[in-house]
Amino acid sequence: MAQRKRTAVNAIASLQSFDPDHLSDHRFTVPGMRCAGCIGKIERELPLVSGVAEARVNFSAKRVAVRHDTSVDEADIVHALERLGFEAQPVAANPLAQDGTETKRLLRAVAVAGFGMMNIMLLSVSVWSGAGGVTRDLFHWLSALIAIPVIAYSGRPFFASAIMALRYGRTNMDVPISIGILLATGLSIYETATGGEHAYFDGAVMLLFFLLAGRALDAGMRDKARSGIAGLLSHMGRGASVVAEDGTTRWIKAEELQPGMIMMVAAGEALAADGLVIEGATNIDNAMLTGESRPQPVNPGMTVHAGASNLSDPIRVEVTATSDDTAIAEIARLMDEAGQSRSRYVRIADRAARFYAPAVHSLAVLAFASWMIAGAGWHQSLIIAIAVLIITCPCALGLAVPAAQVVAANALLKRGLLVKDGSALERLAEADMVLFDKTGTLTLGRPRPISLGELDADGRAVALALAQASRHPLSKGLAAALQLDGVSPAKIGQITEVSGSGISGDWNGLNVGLHRPKTAGDAPASELVIGEQSVRLEFADGLRPDTSETLAALTHLGLPSHIISGDRSEVVNTVGSELQIEARGAMLPQEKLGRIEALKTSGHRPMMVGDGLNDGPALAAAHVSIAPGTASDVSQQAADAVFVGESLLPVASAIKVARETMRVVRQNFAFAIGYNVLAVPLALAGLVTPLVAAIAMSGSSLIVVANSLRLFRAAK
Amino acid sequence: MTNLVFLIPIALGMGALGLLAFFWAMRSGQYDDMDGAANRILIDEEEADDE
Repeated sequence: MAQRKRTAVNAIASLQSFDPDHLSDHRFTVPGMRCAGCIGKIERELPLVSGVAEARVNFSAKRVAVRHDTSVDEADIVHALERLGFEAQPVAANPLAQDGTETKRLLRAVAVAGFGMMNIMLLSVSVWSGAGGVTRDLFHWLSALIAIPVIAYSGRPFFASAIMALRYGRTNMDVPISIGILLATGLSIYETATGGEHAYFDGAVMLLFFLLAGRALDAGMRDKARSGIAGLLSHMGRGASVVAEDGTTRWIKAEELQPGMIMMVAAGEALAADGLVIEGATNIDNAMLTGESRPQPVNPGMTVHAGASNLSDPIRVEVTATSDDTAIAEIARLMDEAGQSRSRYVRIADRAARFYAPAVHSLAVLAFASWMIAGAGWHQSLIIAIAVLIITCPCALGLAVPAAQVVAANALLKRGLLVKDGSALERLAEADMVLFDKTGTLTLGRPRPISLGELDADGRAVALALAQASRHPLSKGLAAALQLDGVSPAKIGQITEVSGSGISGDWNGLNVGLHRPKTAGDAPASELVIGEQSVRLEFADGLRPDTSETLAALTHLGLPSHIISGDRSEVVNTVGSELQIEARGAMLPQEKLGRIEALKTSGHRPMMVGDGLNDGPALAAAHVSIAPGTASDVSQQAADAVFVGESLLPVASAIKVARETMRVVRQNFAFAIGYNVLAVPLALAGLVTPLVAAIAMSGSSLIVVANSLRLFRAAK
Repeated sequence: MTNLVFLIPIALGMGALGLLAFFWAMRSGQYDDMDGAANRILIDEEEADDE
């Protein structure tokens, strides 16, 4: 029963029969999955495609695992998914096991610590409520039996980090934690062995549990962002179809391309290496590389660069330089240098620890020394010193930052912004001005039809049906715009696509088609033919929706905006005056980088928002940076956060939520410090019993978590 | 006192059982797709005929 149900719900087996020896598995990222219907549609309909044995959706990671016959390749499945209405990309062979190993290890440690904490607490409560004599000793022994393996297992992340810090002569938050736990455990064993009144196993294990919970939250947040961004990274253009001498083509990875090879570059594909056009004429889009928004016409004999994408017609390109010495490689080198300053950023928790850790150590030592001088005997002095260490041990502090940041990151994720880690949130809150790239950042970076108004309902339905069947960039833009308007496609038969000229079909006996216009104009255009009539559809790269609202919101938050773009100055100035912000065009990647560096030297904390390869160095150098989900892989990796979707609004909410988060983090810190101010004198005076320590610790942790949860509402 | 001989091992055993269940669930991928699991319940199954 369970087995049957599982096949029914989890994976729909194909009705075709397959030879298990010829099956292979591939994974595809499908960012457009938003609802249960999408899961059902993909898992039900993909196996109907010939050659596909099984499809399994991972909704959280927005991935589809497909088991298919070796007769179909990745491109066929991508196309099948596109026909189902989902944009998809193959995921590079990424060993699954590496995803979230650290989080899993931490979660296991949390589970073990939680198990130990509950059982020891069970025994401790009886001791506190008055169990004495043999019973108490027995319970202490039992606690020791549970606590020692639990501490040895769950404490490893802290011990390892503390040893690492000490080896380099530094101290971090993990040093007092480790010392506190080890001393408390050691002393408790001694107490247990000598039949003493108090053991601190409960305190030590509870401390571990809460601190590990904070760590696990932090690691989980980073995993989520990492898998989200991996899902966005494109894997197109990482190779090319190379034509052999006998005329056959085969796919070769970018790293393995050699000068002299002939690449076939279809419309919509990105170039994998620099080269010389030897056959065919087309328009190429250099926006990723230079920011230039106007398609550049190329003819045989002209040089094209890796990273550019082919817009209209297939061309053949002879490779002249490979991935190591392309124009991209130069940008990568600039980025490496620019990114170094950011790695020196110190997170707020570590800044706090820098003062806190030495203070805790000296306080504990001081307590021990003073009680010794006061004549309390080494045993009692040591117990008090440990109580100081345990009570000041930063349970609440350890949770203060990750709890708030995880809640904020999840809230931002729901609004379409992926934040890579907690440090990015901290730096977002500090930004004081924004620099925008133009092409692909303020604008969509993809051609969209501007003259749809001339089409009637039938024309729209036919246009959508035709556009959906083609992979040409203009068709994709047309299909996206029509789908956004809620048009449903007409039924068209006998669709044929002739590369370089257009797509045609048959609709209710009429000949219909989307063709390249006979007369070329300034703007890219395409011609919709229905029977005898034809309509010219012009395309332009428009501003993202909500752009002016976003800029207004940023100004309201005290962040002036500027445009720095590699596109021609006239175009950039037009956009600048339309949005009423300062704009500079025709900037090289080095100049963008220089502008950021100059701003930083003058004390500003600039935020960079950009998508192209030419923004890479600036993204890496800026105090904090955001890239759109359509950005080049390099830019997404350099940026601290990535926003998906067409609207620019997540950029403004990012700043707002980040500031709110820092407010909550500061409240949490204030609370944790206030708690210490109250508790430390009691501990120093020797008044803290294990019961008080346990209640105080869990109470303060819960308050910090509850305070952080308020951020969910703030982000709405 | 004698009933503790039974009660404590039972309490520990139940805790350990929970811990093992958690480890098993994590290893077998129950936590890999939390959002997907939440959504799958909404999928209408048409194939009721594969009994």
